[in-house]
Amino acid sequence: MAVPLGTTGPDSAARVRWRLAEVAAVVDETPRVRSLFLTVPGWPGHRAGQHLDLRLTAEDGYRAQRSYSIASPPEDPRIALAVERIEDGEVSPYLAGEVRVGDKLELRGPIGGYFVWNAAAGGPLLLVAGGSGVAPLMAMLRHRAAARSDVPTTLLYSSRSFEEILFREELDRLAAADPSLRVVHALTRSQPEGWAGQRRRIDAEMLEEAAGLPLPEALAFVCGPTRLVENVAIDLLTLGYKAHRVKTERFGPSGS
Amino acid sequence: MTKDDADRRLDGNAAGGLLAEVFRVEMTTVETACAGCGARAPVGELLRYGHEMGAILRCATCDTAVIRVARTRDRHWLDLRGARVLRLDGTPL
Amino acid sequence: MSEGFVSRAFRGRRRNPELEGRLPPGQYATPDFPVLSAGPTPRTPLDRWDFSLMGEVDGARRWSWQEFGALPSETVTRDIHCVTKWSKFDTTWRGVSVDTLLAGVETAADHVVAFCDGGYTTNLPLEDVTDGKAWIAYEYEGEALAPEHGGPARLLVPHLYFWKSAKWVRGLELVSEDRPGFWETLGYHNYGDPFQEQRYQGD
Repeated sequence: MAVPLGTTGPDSAARVRWRLAEVAAVVDETPRVRSLFLTVPGWPGHRAGQHLDLRLTAEDGYRAQRSYSIASPPEDPRIALAVERIEDGEVSPYLAGEVRVGDKLELRGPIGGYFVWNAAAGGPLLLVAGGSGVAPLMAMLRHRAAARSDVPTTLLYSSRSFEEILFREELDRLAAADPSLRVVHALTRSQPEGWAGQRRRIDAEMLEEAAGLPLPEALAFVCGPTRLVENVAIDLLTLGYKAHRVKTERFGPSGS
Repeated sequence: MTKDDADRRLDGNAAGGLLAEVFRVEMTTVETACAGCGARAPVGELLRYGHEMGAILRCATCDTAVIRVARTRDRHWLDLRGARVLRLDGTPL
Repeated sequence: MSEGFVSRAFRGRRRNPELEGRLPPGQYATPDFPVLSAGPTPRTPLDRWDFSLMGEVDGARRWSWQEFGALPSETVTRDIHCVTKWSKFDTTWRGVSVDTLLAGVETAADHVVAFCDGGYTTNLPLEDVTDGKAWIAYEYEGEALAPEHGGPARLLVPHLYFWKSAKWVRGLELVSEDRPGFWETLGYHNYGDPFQEQRYQGD
Protein backbone atom coordinates (compact mmCIF):
# COMPACT_ATOMS: atom_id res chain seq x y z
CA MET A 1 0.00 0.00 0.00
CA ALA A 2 1.28 3.43 -0.87
CA VAL A 3 -0.29 6.75 -0.12
CA PRO A 4 1.31 9.59 -2.05
CA LEU A 5 0.30 12.83 -0.43
CA GLY A 6 -1.78 15.08 -2.60
CA THR A 7 -1.25 18.76 -2.81
CA THR A 8 -3.63 20.77 -0.73
CA GLY A 9 -5.73 23.42 -2.38
CA PRO A 10 -5.35 26.99 -1.14
CA ASP A 11 -8.59 27.11 0.79
CA SER A 12 -9.18 23.42 1.37
CA ALA A 13 -8.90 23.78 5.11
CA ALA A 14 -11.63 26.39 4.96
CA ARG A 15 -14.01 23.87 3.43
CA VAL A 16 -13.50 21.39 6.20
CA ARG A 17 -14.01 24.09 8.78
CA TRP A 18 -17.45 24.59 10.25
CA ARG A 19 -18.99 27.96 9.48
CA LEU A 20 -22.18 29.70 10.56
CA ALA A 21 -24.87 30.18 7.96
CA GLU A 22 -27.98 32.29 8.42
CA VAL A 23 -31.44 31.20 7.38
CA ALA A 24 -32.59 33.84 4.92
CA ALA A 25 -35.86 32.27 3.82
CA VAL A 26 -37.99 29.21 4.44
CA VAL A 27 -40.38 27.84 1.81
CA ASP A 28 -42.75 24.91 2.23
CA GLU A 29 -42.45 23.06 -1.07
CA THR A 30 -44.72 20.09 -0.39
CA PRO A 31 -46.50 18.73 2.69
CA ARG A 32 -43.26 17.02 3.73
CA VAL A 33 -40.45 19.05 2.23
CA ARG A 34 -39.24 22.50 3.17
CA SER A 35 -36.59 24.52 1.36
CA LEU A 36 -34.11 26.43 3.48
CA PHE A 37 -32.31 29.34 1.82
CA LEU A 38 -29.06 30.13 3.57
CA THR A 39 -26.55 32.93 3.35
CA VAL A 40 -23.10 31.63 4.15
CA PRO A 41 -20.41 34.24 4.79
CA GLY A 42 -17.20 33.18 3.06
CA TRP A 43 -18.87 30.39 1.07
CA PRO A 44 -16.20 29.32 -1.42
CA GLY A 45 -18.73 28.42 -4.14
CA HIS A 46 -19.90 25.00 -5.21
CA ARG A 47 -20.60 22.86 -8.22
CA ALA A 48 -24.01 21.47 -9.13
CA GLY A 49 -24.47 18.10 -7.39
CA GLN A 50 -22.31 18.71 -4.36
CA HIS A 51 -23.51 18.37 -0.79
CA LEU A 52 -22.68 19.90 2.57
CA ASP A 53 -22.52 18.62 6.13
CA LEU A 54 -24.79 20.30 8.63
CA ARG A 55 -24.62 19.84 12.38
CA LEU A 56 -26.88 20.78 15.26
CA THR A 57 -25.70 21.29 18.81
CA ALA A 58 -28.00 21.14 21.84
CA GLU A 59 -27.50 23.13 25.05
CA ASP A 60 -25.95 20.11 26.74
CA GLY A 61 -23.39 19.68 23.98
CA TYR A 62 -25.18 16.83 22.22
CA ARG A 63 -24.58 16.94 18.48
CA ALA A 64 -26.22 15.45 15.44
CA GLN A 65 -24.79 15.69 11.94
CA ARG A 66 -26.33 15.05 8.52
CA SER A 67 -25.42 15.58 4.87
CA TYR A 68 -27.70 17.53 2.55
CA SER A 69 -27.45 17.99 -1.18
CA ILE A 70 -27.36 21.55 -2.42
CA ALA A 71 -30.35 22.33 -4.64
CA SER A 72 -29.26 25.81 -5.69
CA PRO A 73 -27.00 26.37 -8.71
CA PRO A 74 -23.49 27.81 -8.40
CA GLU A 75 -24.84 31.03 -9.91
CA ASP A 76 -27.11 31.65 -6.91
CA PRO A 77 -25.49 33.51 -3.99
CA ARG A 78 -27.79 31.74 -1.51
CA ILE A 79 -27.53 28.05 -0.73
CA ALA A 80 -30.79 26.12 -0.97
CA LEU A 81 -31.44 22.81 0.79
CA ALA A 82 -34.58 20.70 0.46
CA VAL A 83 -35.26 19.01 3.79
CA GLU A 84 -37.74 16.15 3.94
CA ARG A 85 -39.46 15.87 7.32
CA ILE A 86 -39.15 12.39 8.79
CA GLU A 87 -41.63 11.97 11.61
CA ASP A 88 -39.41 10.19 14.13
CA GLY A 89 -36.23 11.76 12.80
CA GLU A 90 -33.87 13.80 14.92
CA VAL A 91 -32.57 16.46 12.57
CA SER A 92 -35.17 16.82 9.84
CA PRO A 93 -38.13 17.73 12.15
CA TYR A 94 -35.94 20.53 13.52
CA LEU A 95 -34.83 21.81 10.12
CA ALA A 96 -38.23 21.42 8.49
CA GLY A 97 -40.27 22.54 11.50
CA GLU A 98 -38.50 24.55 14.17
CA VAL A 99 -36.04 26.59 12.11
CA ARG A 100 -37.10 30.12 11.20
CA VAL A 101 -35.63 33.06 9.32
CA GLY A 102 -32.67 34.57 11.16
CA ASP A 103 -31.61 31.31 12.81
CA LYS A 104 -27.98 30.25 12.50
CA LEU A 105 -26.93 26.82 11.27
CA GLU A 106 -23.47 25.28 11.38
CA LEU A 107 -22.30 23.75 8.15
CA ARG A 108 -19.22 22.88 6.14
CA GLY A 109 -18.58 22.24 2.50
CA PRO A 110 -19.08 21.99 -0.33
CA ILE A 111 -18.22 18.29 -0.43
CA GLY A 112 -18.03 15.82 -3.27
CA GLY A 113 -16.34 16.09 -6.63
CA TYR A 114 -17.79 12.92 -8.03
CA PHE A 115 -21.53 13.48 -8.40
CA VAL A 116 -21.19 16.83 -10.17
CA TRP A 117 -22.11 18.23 -13.55
CA ASN A 118 -21.50 21.49 -15.32
CA ALA A 119 -22.51 22.73 -18.71
CA ALA A 120 -19.02 22.10 -20.11
CA ALA A 121 -19.31 18.40 -19.25
CA GLY A 122 -21.95 18.08 -21.96
CA GLY A 123 -24.25 15.13 -22.45
CA PRO A 124 -26.83 14.07 -23.53
CA LEU A 125 -27.88 14.11 -19.94
CA LEU A 126 -30.27 11.76 -18.20
CA LEU A 127 -31.28 12.70 -14.67
CA VAL A 128 -33.24 10.18 -12.63
CA ALA A 129 -34.67 11.13 -9.25
CA GLY A 130 -36.75 9.59 -6.53
CA GLY A 131 -38.46 11.84 -3.97
CA SER A 132 -36.26 14.48 -2.39
CA GLY A 133 -33.34 12.95 -4.31
CA VAL A 134 -34.24 15.48 -6.98
CA ALA A 135 -32.35 18.17 -5.00
CA PRO A 136 -28.84 17.83 -6.48
CA LEU A 137 -30.35 17.23 -9.93
CA MET A 138 -32.31 20.46 -9.51
CA ALA A 139 -28.99 22.23 -8.95
CA MET A 140 -27.84 20.77 -12.28
CA LEU A 141 -31.01 21.86 -14.10
CA ARG A 142 -30.85 25.33 -12.60
CA HIS A 143 -27.19 25.62 -13.54
CA ARG A 144 -27.96 24.35 -17.03
CA ALA A 145 -30.61 27.04 -17.43
CA ALA A 146 -28.39 29.78 -15.99
CA ALA A 147 -25.57 28.75 -18.34
CA ARG A 148 -28.03 28.67 -21.27
CA SER A 149 -26.88 25.18 -22.09
CA ASP A 150 -28.83 23.29 -24.73
CA VAL A 151 -27.41 19.88 -23.88
CA PRO A 152 -30.30 17.48 -24.58
CA THR A 153 -31.58 16.60 -21.12
CA THR A 154 -34.26 14.36 -19.67
CA LEU A 155 -35.38 14.34 -16.06
CA LEU A 156 -37.28 11.22 -15.06
CA TYR A 157 -38.67 11.90 -11.63
CA SER A 158 -40.53 9.48 -9.39
CA SER A 159 -42.80 10.78 -6.62
CA ARG A 160 -45.44 9.10 -4.52
CA SER A 161 -48.21 11.53 -5.42
CA PHE A 162 -48.85 14.71 -7.38
CA GLU A 163 -48.72 16.77 -4.17
CA GLU A 164 -45.30 15.40 -3.32
CA ILE A 165 -43.59 16.45 -6.54
CA LEU A 166 -40.85 18.86 -5.49
CA PHE A 167 -40.23 22.00 -7.57
CA ARG A 168 -43.15 21.02 -9.86
CA GLU A 169 -44.00 24.48 -11.13
CA GLU A 170 -40.40 25.44 -11.67
CA LEU A 171 -39.80 22.22 -13.59
CA ASP A 172 -42.87 22.94 -15.73
CA ARG A 173 -41.55 26.42 -16.48
CA LEU A 174 -38.06 25.20 -17.32
CA ALA A 175 -39.38 22.50 -19.66
CA ALA A 176 -41.87 24.84 -21.36
CA ALA A 177 -39.14 27.37 -22.10
CA ASP A 178 -36.61 24.89 -23.42
CA PRO A 179 -37.21 22.40 -26.23
CA SER A 180 -34.01 20.53 -25.34
CA LEU A 181 -35.28 19.71 -21.84
CA ARG A 182 -37.83 16.99 -21.17
CA VAL A 183 -39.38 16.33 -17.76
CA VAL A 184 -41.21 13.04 -17.20
CA HIS A 185 -43.02 12.40 -13.92
CA ALA A 186 -43.85 8.99 -12.50
CA LEU A 187 -46.40 8.86 -9.67
CA THR A 188 -46.15 5.57 -7.84
CA ARG A 189 -48.91 5.67 -5.22
CA SER A 190 -51.70 7.90 -6.38
CA GLN A 191 -52.41 9.89 -9.50
CA PRO A 192 -54.81 12.79 -9.99
CA GLU A 193 -57.73 12.29 -12.31
CA GLY A 194 -56.69 12.45 -15.94
CA TRP A 195 -53.00 12.01 -15.11
CA ALA A 196 -51.15 11.53 -18.38
CA GLY A 197 -47.73 10.72 -16.91
CA GLN A 198 -46.30 7.43 -15.72
CA ARG A 199 -48.09 5.45 -13.01
CA ARG A 200 -45.52 2.99 -11.74
CA ARG A 201 -42.05 2.73 -10.34
CA ILE A 202 -39.21 3.57 -12.70
CA ASP A 203 -38.14 0.54 -14.72
CA ALA A 204 -36.02 -0.22 -17.78
CA GLU A 205 -38.89 0.25 -20.17
CA MET A 206 -39.70 3.65 -18.73
CA LEU A 207 -36.04 4.70 -18.87
CA GLU A 208 -35.80 3.70 -22.51
CA GLU A 209 -39.06 5.44 -23.35
CA ALA A 210 -38.02 8.62 -21.56
CA ALA A 211 -34.46 8.91 -22.78
CA GLY A 212 -34.07 6.51 -25.69
CA LEU A 213 -31.03 4.31 -26.13
CA PRO A 214 -27.88 6.04 -25.00
CA LEU A 215 -25.35 7.67 -27.28
CA PRO A 216 -21.76 6.76 -26.36
CA GLU A 217 -21.24 10.12 -24.66
CA ALA A 218 -24.49 9.97 -22.68
CA LEU A 219 -24.21 10.85 -18.99
CA ALA A 220 -26.60 9.75 -16.29
CA PHE A 221 -27.05 10.97 -12.71
CA VAL A 222 -29.30 8.98 -10.41
CA CYS A 223 -30.30 10.15 -6.95
CA GLY A 224 -32.88 8.92 -4.48
CA PRO A 225 -33.58 6.10 -2.05
CA THR A 226 -30.88 3.45 -2.19
CA ARG A 227 -33.09 0.79 -3.71
CA LEU A 228 -34.33 3.02 -6.52
CA VAL A 229 -30.79 4.13 -7.30
CA GLU A 230 -29.44 0.60 -7.48
CA ASN A 231 -32.30 -0.70 -9.63
CA VAL A 232 -32.03 2.22 -12.04
CA ALA A 233 -28.24 1.91 -12.26
CA ILE A 234 -28.56 -1.73 -13.29
CA ASP A 235 -31.27 -0.90 -15.83
CA LEU A 236 -29.10 1.84 -17.33
CA LEU A 237 -26.15 -0.52 -17.80
CA THR A 238 -28.50 -3.00 -19.45
CA LEU A 239 -29.70 -0.25 -21.79
CA GLY A 240 -26.10 0.37 -22.83
CA TYR A 241 -24.94 3.21 -20.61
CA LYS A 242 -21.25 2.97 -19.80
CA ALA A 243 -20.59 2.23 -16.13
CA HIS A 244 -18.29 5.21 -15.63
CA ARG A 245 -20.90 7.51 -17.19
CA VAL A 246 -23.56 6.55 -14.63
CA LYS A 247 -23.15 8.49 -11.39
CA THR A 248 -25.20 7.57 -8.36
CA GLU A 249 -26.05 9.23 -5.08
CA ARG A 250 -27.86 7.04 -2.57
CA PHE A 251 -30.02 8.83 -0.02
CA GLY A 252 -30.49 5.78 2.20
CA PRO A 253 -33.84 4.32 3.15
CA SER A 254 -36.85 5.98 1.62
CA GLY A 255 -38.30 7.98 4.47
CA SER A 256 -35.44 7.86 6.96
CA MET B 1 -29.08 -8.79 -1.35
CA THR B 2 -31.93 -8.02 1.00
CA LYS B 3 -34.12 -4.98 1.18
CA ASP B 4 -32.56 -4.20 4.53
CA ASP B 5 -29.12 -4.18 3.04
CA ALA B 6 -30.05 -1.83 0.29
CA ASP B 7 -31.41 0.60 2.82
CA ARG B 8 -28.25 0.78 4.83
CA ARG B 9 -25.79 1.27 2.00
CA LEU B 10 -24.76 4.71 0.82
CA ASP B 11 -22.17 5.94 -1.66
CA GLY B 12 -18.63 6.69 -0.68
CA ASN B 13 -19.60 10.21 -1.61
CA ALA B 14 -21.39 10.41 1.75
CA ALA B 15 -18.06 10.05 3.57
CA GLY B 16 -16.52 13.00 1.73
CA GLY B 17 -16.66 15.32 4.74
CA LEU B 18 -15.13 12.84 7.16
CA LEU B 19 -12.35 11.92 4.73
CA ALA B 20 -11.61 15.56 4.02
CA GLU B 21 -10.99 16.06 7.74
CA VAL B 22 -8.11 13.62 7.40
CA PHE B 23 -6.72 14.24 3.93
CA ARG B 24 -7.58 17.92 3.45
CA VAL B 25 -8.32 17.28 -0.18
CA GLU B 26 -11.51 16.37 -1.99
CA MET B 27 -11.50 12.60 -1.59
CA THR B 28 -14.58 11.43 -3.48
CA THR B 29 -12.72 11.64 -6.80
CA VAL B 30 -9.60 9.88 -5.52
CA GLU B 31 -9.09 6.60 -7.33
CA THR B 32 -8.66 3.46 -5.26
CA ALA B 33 -7.51 -0.03 -6.16
CA CYS B 34 -9.10 -2.74 -4.02
CA ALA B 35 -6.57 -4.98 -2.28
CA GLY B 36 -9.07 -7.84 -2.48
CA CYS B 37 -9.88 -7.99 -6.18
CA GLY B 38 -7.94 -5.15 -7.79
CA ALA B 39 -11.06 -3.29 -8.91
CA ARG B 40 -10.44 0.40 -9.45
CA ALA B 41 -13.03 2.93 -8.38
CA PRO B 42 -13.19 6.50 -7.18
CA VAL B 43 -13.94 6.79 -3.47
CA GLY B 44 -17.35 8.22 -4.40
CA GLU B 45 -18.28 4.90 -6.01
CA LEU B 46 -17.33 2.72 -3.06
CA LEU B 47 -20.22 1.59 -0.87
CA ARG B 48 -20.48 3.19 2.51
CA TYR B 49 -21.52 1.26 5.61
CA GLY B 50 -21.11 1.87 9.31
CA HIS B 51 -22.71 5.27 9.58
CA GLU B 52 -22.50 6.66 13.09
CA MET B 53 -19.55 4.59 14.30
CA GLY B 54 -17.36 5.47 11.35
CA ALA B 55 -17.25 5.04 7.59
CA ILE B 56 -16.57 1.59 6.19
CA LEU B 57 -16.06 2.03 2.45
CA ARG B 58 -16.35 -1.28 0.64
CA CYS B 59 -15.49 -2.38 -2.86
CA ALA B 60 -18.66 -2.60 -4.95
CA THR B 61 -17.28 -5.72 -6.65
CA CYS B 62 -16.04 -7.88 -3.78
CA ASP B 63 -17.14 -6.16 -0.52
CA THR B 64 -13.56 -5.76 0.76
CA ALA B 65 -13.33 -2.87 3.23
CA VAL B 66 -11.11 -0.59 1.12
CA ILE B 67 -11.07 2.33 3.56
CA ARG B 68 -12.10 2.36 7.21
CA VAL B 69 -12.16 5.69 8.97
CA ALA B 70 -13.57 6.80 12.30
CA ARG B 71 -13.46 9.94 14.36
CA THR B 72 -13.31 9.48 18.12
CA ARG B 73 -13.58 12.77 19.96
CA ASP B 74 -10.60 14.74 18.58
CA ARG B 75 -8.80 11.85 16.85
CA HIS B 76 -9.09 10.18 13.49
CA TRP B 77 -8.41 6.51 12.83
CA LEU B 78 -7.65 5.39 9.33
CA ASP B 79 -7.19 1.85 8.02
CA LEU B 80 -6.14 1.53 4.39
CA ARG B 81 -5.21 -2.14 4.37
CA GLY B 82 -7.96 -2.78 1.84
CA ALA B 83 -6.53 -0.25 -0.60
CA ARG B 84 -3.70 -1.41 -2.80
CA VAL B 85 -3.19 2.18 -3.84
CA LEU B 86 -4.83 5.58 -3.64
CA ARG B 87 -4.25 8.12 -6.36
CA LEU B 88 -4.66 11.64 -5.05
CA ASP B 89 -4.74 14.30 -7.71
CA GLY B 90 -4.67 17.18 -5.31
CA THR B 91 -8.04 18.43 -6.43
CA PRO B 92 -8.46 21.62 -4.44
CA LEU B 93 -11.46 21.33 -2.17
CA MET C 1 -14.75 29.67 14.64
CA SER C 2 -18.11 28.47 15.90
CA GLU C 3 -16.92 27.02 19.20
CA GLY C 4 -19.60 27.19 21.79
CA PHE C 5 -22.36 27.56 19.22
CA VAL C 6 -25.75 26.20 20.24
CA SER C 7 -28.57 25.57 17.75
CA ARG C 8 -31.57 27.51 19.03
CA ALA C 9 -34.25 25.23 20.46
CA PHE C 10 -32.53 22.04 19.33
CA ARG C 11 -32.93 19.41 22.01
CA GLY C 12 -31.58 16.36 20.24
CA ARG C 13 -32.46 13.04 21.64
CA ARG C 14 -34.47 13.36 24.80
CA ARG C 15 -32.50 12.71 27.95
CA ASN C 16 -34.11 10.54 30.55
CA PRO C 17 -32.95 11.82 33.96
CA GLU C 18 -35.57 9.63 35.67
CA LEU C 19 -33.69 6.61 34.36
CA GLU C 20 -30.42 7.56 36.01
CA GLY C 21 -28.81 4.47 37.45
CA ARG C 22 -30.31 2.17 34.86
CA LEU C 23 -29.22 4.29 31.89
CA PRO C 24 -25.45 4.51 31.39
CA PRO C 25 -23.96 8.02 31.09
CA GLY C 26 -24.54 9.73 27.75
CA GLN C 27 -27.19 7.25 26.62
CA TYR C 28 -30.86 7.78 25.78
CA ALA C 29 -33.56 5.14 25.97
CA THR C 30 -35.39 4.15 22.82
CA PRO C 31 -38.19 1.71 22.07
CA ASP C 32 -36.68 1.20 18.60
CA PHE C 33 -34.07 -1.32 17.63
CA PRO C 34 -31.77 0.61 15.30
CA VAL C 35 -29.64 -1.40 12.90
CA LEU C 36 -25.98 -0.60 12.46
CA SER C 37 -23.98 -2.66 9.99
CA ALA C 38 -20.37 -2.46 8.95
CA GLY C 39 -21.11 -4.42 5.80
CA PRO C 40 -23.70 -6.26 3.79
CA THR C 41 -25.88 -8.78 5.58
CA PRO C 42 -24.40 -12.26 5.08
CA ARG C 43 -26.76 -15.02 4.03
CA THR C 44 -25.45 -18.37 5.17
CA PRO C 45 -27.94 -21.20 4.63
CA LEU C 46 -28.59 -23.07 7.86
CA ASP C 47 -27.37 -26.36 6.38
CA ARG C 48 -24.00 -24.70 5.84
CA TRP C 49 -23.96 -22.86 9.17
CA ASP C 50 -21.84 -24.13 12.04
CA PHE C 51 -20.38 -22.80 15.22
CA SER C 52 -16.76 -23.45 16.16
CA LEU C 53 -14.59 -23.18 19.21
CA MET C 54 -10.97 -22.98 18.21
CA GLY C 55 -7.58 -21.60 19.13
CA GLU C 56 -6.04 -22.58 22.42
CA VAL C 57 -8.38 -25.39 23.31
CA ASP C 58 -7.62 -29.01 23.96
CA GLY C 59 -9.48 -29.87 20.79
CA ALA C 60 -11.53 -27.76 18.40
CA ARG C 61 -15.28 -28.19 18.68
CA ARG C 62 -17.90 -27.67 16.04
CA TRP C 63 -21.70 -27.75 16.09
CA SER C 64 -23.98 -27.86 13.08
CA TRP C 65 -27.16 -25.74 13.21
CA GLN C 66 -29.11 -28.82 14.20
CA GLU C 67 -26.64 -29.80 16.92
CA PHE C 68 -26.53 -26.25 18.19
CA GLY C 69 -30.31 -26.13 18.46
CA ALA C 70 -30.23 -29.31 20.54
CA LEU C 71 -27.96 -27.74 23.17
CA PRO C 72 -29.66 -26.54 26.37
CA SER C 73 -30.85 -22.97 25.89
CA GLU C 74 -31.62 -20.10 28.23
CA THR C 75 -34.02 -17.20 27.94
CA VAL C 76 -32.68 -13.94 29.32
CA THR C 77 -34.04 -10.38 29.53
CA ARG C 78 -31.41 -7.64 29.55
CA ASP C 79 -30.85 -3.96 28.75
CA ILE C 80 -28.59 -3.31 25.77
CA HIS C 81 -26.45 -0.23 25.12
CA CYS C 82 -25.10 0.87 21.74
CA VAL C 83 -22.04 3.13 21.57
CA THR C 84 -24.02 5.38 19.19
CA LYS C 85 -25.92 6.36 22.36
CA TRP C 86 -29.18 4.47 22.25
CA SER C 87 -30.12 2.01 24.97
CA LYS C 88 -32.98 -0.43 24.84
CA PHE C 89 -34.45 -1.88 28.00
CA ASP C 90 -35.76 -5.36 28.69
CA THR C 91 -34.83 -7.10 25.48
CA THR C 92 -35.52 -10.83 25.61
CA TRP C 93 -33.28 -13.35 23.95
CA ARG C 94 -32.99 -17.11 23.75
CA GLY C 95 -29.74 -18.85 23.05
CA VAL C 96 -26.97 -21.04 24.32
CA SER C 97 -24.86 -19.85 27.22
CA VAL C 98 -21.17 -19.60 26.35
CA ASP C 99 -20.62 -21.56 29.58
CA THR C 100 -22.44 -24.48 27.97
CA LEU C 101 -20.16 -24.34 24.94
CA LEU C 102 -17.03 -24.12 27.08
CA ALA C 103 -18.04 -26.91 29.48
CA GLY C 104 -15.21 -29.40 29.71
CA VAL C 105 -12.87 -27.27 27.58
CA GLU C 106 -9.30 -27.06 28.85
CA THR C 107 -7.64 -23.78 27.92
CA ALA C 108 -4.85 -21.50 29.04
CA ALA C 109 -6.34 -18.62 27.08
CA ASP C 110 -7.66 -15.54 28.77
CA HIS C 111 -9.14 -13.74 25.77
CA VAL C 112 -11.59 -14.66 23.07
CA VAL C 113 -12.05 -13.32 19.56
CA ALA C 114 -15.55 -13.74 18.15
CA PHE C 115 -15.47 -14.27 14.38
CA CYS C 116 -18.37 -13.82 12.02
CA ASP C 117 -19.70 -14.21 8.51
CA GLY C 118 -18.69 -11.10 6.61
CA GLY C 119 -15.32 -10.90 8.33
CA TYR C 120 -16.32 -8.97 11.46
CA THR C 121 -14.40 -9.69 14.66
CA THR C 122 -14.51 -8.44 18.23
CA ASN C 123 -12.32 -9.28 21.23
CA LEU C 124 -13.29 -9.86 24.85
CA PRO C 125 -11.67 -11.12 28.04
CA LEU C 126 -12.61 -14.76 28.54
CA GLU C 127 -14.02 -13.90 31.95
CA ASP C 128 -16.52 -11.55 30.30
CA VAL C 129 -18.14 -14.34 28.32
CA THR C 130 -18.26 -16.90 31.14
CA ASP C 131 -20.20 -17.22 34.39
CA GLY C 132 -23.55 -16.42 32.85
CA LYS C 133 -22.46 -13.21 31.13
CA ALA C 134 -22.72 -14.15 27.44
CA TRP C 135 -24.84 -16.18 25.05
CA ILE C 136 -24.99 -17.20 21.44
CA ALA C 137 -28.53 -15.94 20.81
CA TYR C 138 -30.76 -17.21 18.01
CA GLU C 139 -34.13 -15.87 19.13
CA TYR C 140 -35.20 -12.31 19.86
CA GLU C 141 -38.56 -11.59 21.51
CA GLY C 142 -39.72 -15.12 20.79
CA GLU C 143 -38.92 -15.07 17.09
CA ALA C 144 -36.01 -16.39 15.09
CA LEU C 145 -33.34 -13.67 15.14
CA ALA C 146 -33.75 -11.56 11.98
CA PRO C 147 -30.75 -11.33 9.62
CA GLU C 148 -30.54 -7.54 10.05
CA HIS C 149 -30.09 -8.07 13.80
CA GLY C 150 -27.47 -10.76 13.36
CA GLY C 151 -29.46 -13.91 12.59
CA PRO C 152 -29.19 -16.80 12.43
CA ALA C 153 -27.15 -16.23 15.61
CA ARG C 154 -25.26 -13.43 17.33
CA LEU C 155 -23.09 -13.14 20.36
CA LEU C 156 -24.93 -11.44 23.23
CA VAL C 157 -22.78 -9.75 25.88
CA PRO C 158 -25.22 -7.20 27.28
CA HIS C 159 -22.95 -5.72 29.95
CA LEU C 160 -20.63 -4.28 27.27
CA TYR C 161 -21.39 -1.85 24.42
CA PHE C 162 -23.37 -3.66 21.79
CA TRP C 163 -20.64 -3.76 19.10
CA LYS C 164 -19.17 -6.52 21.28
CA SER C 165 -22.36 -8.54 20.71
CA ALA C 166 -21.14 -9.61 17.27
CA LYS C 167 -23.79 -10.26 14.65
CA TRP C 168 -23.65 -13.34 12.39
CA VAL C 169 -21.22 -14.99 14.77
CA ARG C 170 -19.72 -18.29 13.64
CA GLY C 171 -17.33 -19.07 16.44
CA LEU C 172 -15.01 -18.11 19.23
CA GLU C 173 -11.25 -18.30 19.05
CA LEU C 174 -9.58 -18.60 22.42
CA VAL C 175 -6.28 -16.73 22.53
CA SER C 176 -3.71 -16.05 25.21
CA GLU C 177 -2.73 -12.75 23.64
CA ASP C 178 -5.48 -10.18 23.20
CA ARG C 179 -6.21 -9.34 19.57
CA PRO C 180 -8.29 -6.16 19.00
CA GLY C 181 -11.18 -6.61 16.55
CA PHE C 182 -12.92 -4.63 13.82
CA TRP C 183 -13.91 -1.51 15.79
CA GLU C 184 -11.29 -1.93 18.49
CA THR C 185 -8.58 -1.34 15.86
CA LEU C 186 -10.40 1.77 14.65
CA GLY C 187 -10.30 3.79 17.84
CA TYR C 188 -13.06 2.17 19.85
CA HIS C 189 -12.39 1.09 23.42
CA ASN C 190 -10.82 -2.30 23.88
CA TYR C 191 -13.21 -3.26 26.69
CA GLY C 192 -16.30 -1.07 26.25
CA ASP C 193 -18.08 -0.84 29.60
CA PRO C 194 -21.08 1.47 29.05
CA PHE C 195 -21.34 2.40 32.73
CA GLN C 196 -17.71 3.61 32.66
CA GLU C 197 -18.51 5.29 29.31
CA GLN C 198 -15.62 3.47 27.66
CA ARG C 199 -16.52 4.44 24.12
CA TYR C 200 -13.15 5.23 22.63
CA GLN C 201 -9.54 4.37 23.25
CA GLY C 202 -8.28 6.56 26.06
CA ASP C 203 -11.69 6.79 27.78
